[in-house]
Amino acid sequence: MSLKTTIATGLLLAAIGASTAAAQSLVYCSEGSPEGFDPALYTAGTTFDASSHPIYDHLAEFKVGTTEVVPGLAESWDISEDGKTVTFKLRKGVKFHANDQFTPTRDFNADDVIFSFDRQGNPENPYNQVSGGTWEYYAGMSMPELVESIEKVDDYTVVFHLTRPEAPFIANMAMDFASIVSKEYADAMMQAGTPEMLNQAPIGTGPFVFQVYQKDAVIRYLRNDEYWGDKAKVESLIFAITPDASVRYQKVQAGECHVMAYPNPADVQAMKDDPSIVVMEQEGLNVGYLAYNTKVAPYDNPKVRKALNMAIDKQAIIDVVFQGSGQIAKNPIPPTMWSYNEAIQDDAYDPEAARKMLEDEGVSDLTMKIWAMPVQRPYNPNARRMAELMQEDFAKVGVKVEIVSYEWGEYLDRSKALDRDGAVLLGWTGDNGDPDNFLAVLLGCDGVGASNRAQWCYQPFDDLIQKAKVLPTQQERAALYEEAQNLFKEQAPWATIAHSVVFMTMRPEVEGYVVHPLGGHIFNQVGLAQ
Amino acid sequence: MLNYVLSRILTFVPTFIGVTLISFGFIRVLPGDPIIVMAGERGLSQERYDQLSRQFGFDRPIYSQFWDYFVGVLHGDLGISFVTKKPVWDEFFALFPATLELSVCAMVFAVVLGLPAGVIAAVNRGKFFDRALMSSALVGYSMPIFWWALLLIIVFSGNLGWTPVSGRIDLIYYFKDSTGFMLIDSLASGQKGAFTSAVRHLILPSIVLGTIPLAVIARQTRSAMLEVLGEDYIRTARAKGLAPVRINGIHALRNALIPVVTVIGLSVGTLLAGAILTETIFSWPGIGKWMVDSIFRRDYPVVQGGLLLIAVMVMIVNLTVDMLYGVINPKIRKR
Repeated sequence: MSLKTTIATGLLLAAIGASTAAAQSLVYCSEGSPEGFDPALYTAGTTFDASSHPIYDHLAEFKVGTTEVVPGLAESWDISEDGKTVTFKLRKGVKFHANDQFTPTRDFNADDVIFSFDRQGNPENPYNQVSGGTWEYYAGMSMPELVESIEKVDDYTVVFHLTRPEAPFIANMAMDFASIVSKEYADAMMQAGTPEMLNQAPIGTGPFVFQVYQKDAVIRYLRNDEYWGDKAKVESLIFAITPDASVRYQKVQAGECHVMAYPNPADVQAMKDDPSIVVMEQEGLNVGYLAYNTKVAPYDNPKVRKALNMAIDKQAIIDVVFQGSGQIAKNPIPPTMWSYNEAIQDDAYDPEAARKMLEDEGVSDLTMKIWAMPVQRPYNPNARRMAELMQEDFAKVGVKVEIVSYEWGEYLDRSKALDRDGAVLLGWTGDNGDPDNFLAVLLGCDGVGASNRAQWCYQPFDDLIQKAKVLPTQQERAALYEEAQNLFKEQAPWATIAHSVVFMTMRPEVEGYVVHPLGGHIFNQVGLAQ
Repeated sequence: MLNYVLSRILTFVPTFIGVTLISFGFIRVLPGDPIIVMAGERGLSQERYDQLSRQFGFDRPIYSQFWDYFVGVLHGDLGISFVTKKPVWDEFFALFPATLELSVCAMVFAVVLGLPAGVIAAVNRGKFFDRALMSSALVGYSMPIFWWALLLIIVFSGNLGWTPVSGRIDLIYYFKDSTGFMLIDSLASGQKGAFTSAVRHLILPSIVLGTIPLAVIARQTRSAMLEVLGEDYIRTARAKGLAPVRINGIHALRNALIPVVTVIGLSVGTLLAGAILTETIFSWPGIGKWMVDSIFRRDYPVVQGGLLLIAVMVMIVNLTVDMLYGVINPKIRKR
């Protein structure tokens, strides 16, 4: 072979190699930078997309595209009759990733499970204070009060002793904060004096191995060829951080990204019309609401609240504020969630009837405040505009509205006050697909003065949700939650406004992407057509 | 000259202390508690709040917090980000090269086009070129950056496909960034096409960021030149029969440069302000976006440390400009 032919062949092979490598890299245009790579430390979905989903596994997993919980690092689990002891049988032969500083010497076992939770709940654990140690989700899911102790029976059996029966516990184990980290790696990093590496150079058991993060620019992952489950379809996964939605759209059009999240609602129609782009949509697991302060007159009267609800033209809000990327909410939980009560009739938009109801209750010349959030959320893309529409609606029934707003931290804080003046626009995105995560957190008596912004403690409702929390089967629980939704509608502590619709935009060559109802962007089984 | 330099450097000290105080106070004056912002809709218990408050040192009196911060700054410790849990110093220097690279390219674009444009406009005062140039400069100065950026992206990246949409380099190139300057790192990597890719990625953001300084420099050069062109020594030079290029390019321009250099120095502040929007739109991993995110998250250490570092950079640029006055006009350094 002449030198020329050799070089030409070499170049050709290199070109084929390069194009194959390029074809096997999936590029996702993400909307922001992760705060870090230890999911237990953070609460933002953007961080979970970059850490919990590609890098880590959990004892249980949500089946992608559903809120169904399936075995993960635990092959099976057993719940005792009193519901207070949960035994997990762990999967054998699961390998942790390796990086420049660390090569695992053993497989995943019970020590890793115990460490993953102990560091969050035990102030004596050396990792409890590392990296700021905020553990918001662990606390937010009431784990400190719920978990009495965690016991290692053998290398592959772990028992959680709970202080009370808790039906959503298994679903909690599939949440991002419950990602299983390597104790061996943590010990090695502590010994090396760099414990923060657990957060900065993550080691997990997940389908992708973390390669590098160039701050605010790019995150790179490689396929984990030793993965215990179905291996990833692409060789590498790249997150191209692109904060501007219009620019993400341009990048998908130009072929610089395969998948993008959170398109501008205004662009969705053009995307649907573009043959080179595929748009998927699904209802988000969230709800946007207006919470009255039920402790303050006249909003302590359910009929007044009901009348105000009837004065709100929700369709106009969906059209103007959501620009079509939302649907009217009639229940406090989203329609994709089990136990959603289809039979409930929403309060019809009827200003005349609303005005009369208010008169019948002796309410006249009412002036109220509506609090508009200063930030954009999927469940409320423009709270100020929403408040303005409500202001017009309420004016038609003789209620004057003053719109107020505060800086976000102040807003969250002040809106908790028991004597708060006015109704608050807020919302919620589900964490674990369990109705308890909406109904108990947002409307239970325990949440009054905190996450229950309506300050609504209605004993019959609270009894139902407390009872549902400890029942063993989903069917039994669903019946109680459906009943609870009836009581909610009758008592109207909120005006339920909307559930957002989540859009995902991708190029036609992307195969196997499923929109996840819990909101994460998961690429474990996503491939690219050749 | 030495005295002149020393006196300029001495003014640094009170400015530095003032900036430390302002950067510390600024973020605390804004309403919004960082712990509550961090907890978001989920909220947190009072007990947890108190624990975090102690951990971050918010339970101590404000003057004691400031003193700790100030002593830390003097020791080169700017604190640790509440959010990413990394030292502010490390974060700043991971991102600053990207901003510097973009700002320098934008400034080069602005100066290379703005100076000659201003000179030509002044020489051709009142003619078509002058009017066209000054109108364009006004348009350039008034244009909203985000609109201008999106327009360029849609036309040049979307429709024509000449430039990439955003980012610093094509994702197929991967190498360790040793300096953080993509032009240098891509050259050093030896990967074929990497440098060209880096240059192509710089074009649109540099144009966008450089547009306002370009307009300002062109207008300033024109007016400074007009003033100088009316001076006696220029008339003398013309009477002596010197070539117009020599008169305008050397005799007039050098004397017109003082206000122009001032404007260029001041534009550094504008560049940093413009970088916030430009970086967001072009997904450029620089300090502009980093600062904005931190303000929204009430990440005190990042905001105060970042502000301080940016202020020091601007002070250094101003000092350099002051030195340049001395070089351009020897009368100044003798004062």
